[in-house]
Amino acid sequence: MIDKLDSALRFHQEALNLRARRQEVLSANIAHADTPNYKARDFEFSSALSQAVERGRQSASTSMATTSSRHITGESQGGGEADLLYRMPSQSSLDGNTVEMDAERVSFADNAMRYEANMTVLTAKIKSLLSAVQS
Amino acid sequence: MPYSNNSVGIFQIAASAMTAQSQRMNTTASNLANADSVSGPDGQPYRAKQVVFEMAPANGQAIGGVRVARVVEDPSPLRMQHDPKNPLANADGYVAMPNVNVVEEMVNMISASRSYQANVEVLNTAKTMLLKTLTIGQ
Repeated sequence: MIDKLDSALRFHQEALNLRARRQEVLSANIAHADTPNYKARDFEFSSALSQAVERGRQSASTSMATTSSRHITGESQGGGEADLLYRMPSQSSLDGNTVEMDAERVSFADNAMRYEANMTVLTAKIKSLLSAVQS
Repeated sequence: MPYSNNSVGIFQIAASAMTAQSQRMNTTASNLANADSVSGPDGQPYRAKQVVFEMAPANGQAIGGVRVARVVEDPSPLRMQHDPKNPLANADGYVAMPNVNVVEEMVNMISASRSYQANVEVLNTAKTMLLKTLTIGQ
């Protein structure tokens, strides 16, 4: 039962999570608009989302193999992280900075709107599930 | 979530950028105020100062906030002004004036203020998102 509820909401959870992450990356780009040699970062949302949905974040964490009880168990948490790429600037600047403020601001507003849209859909989904449970 | 504790967080990034930009604005204010300061505490004319920004990534993170790496002095030559009546004039009657370029400083100030505003907007958007997140399922 809980498993079914989880699978019903998991897609939205992953999407929201990635949208929040992208918002963070874009905010860092805007913050670094005047930092010399800063390279603007971003990631491709659709492929990151399909990757996250496909493999899930739990299985993404890898742990080291241990052959003795005295080995230290190492675990990497960053496995589920989306791959950050570098943006190609359309106009390069003299100080090596590749942030284009207008493009970043547009992406930022767009991403925030999609985050809210996602949340609206998620709320509607929760409401419909609730009405199925209660009636 | 914009407020997760294992990532750097939009709030911290925007706050660090605002701190850095206001420090840049402070430097500009100092330069503009001292555009005619012929003598400082060391007896030398004032030299224009600029801040240098750098990225301050949190451990193991690809993205991070801004911090002021250092404040550098403008190495360009001082402005020599002919004013024989001035007690600080040299043998030829010239007074060494600060190398502050007022036009450049004004442009710098506008740029800093615009960047600051952009980060305030980022902060507001993040706040709206976070508040909206709290109403999921209601």
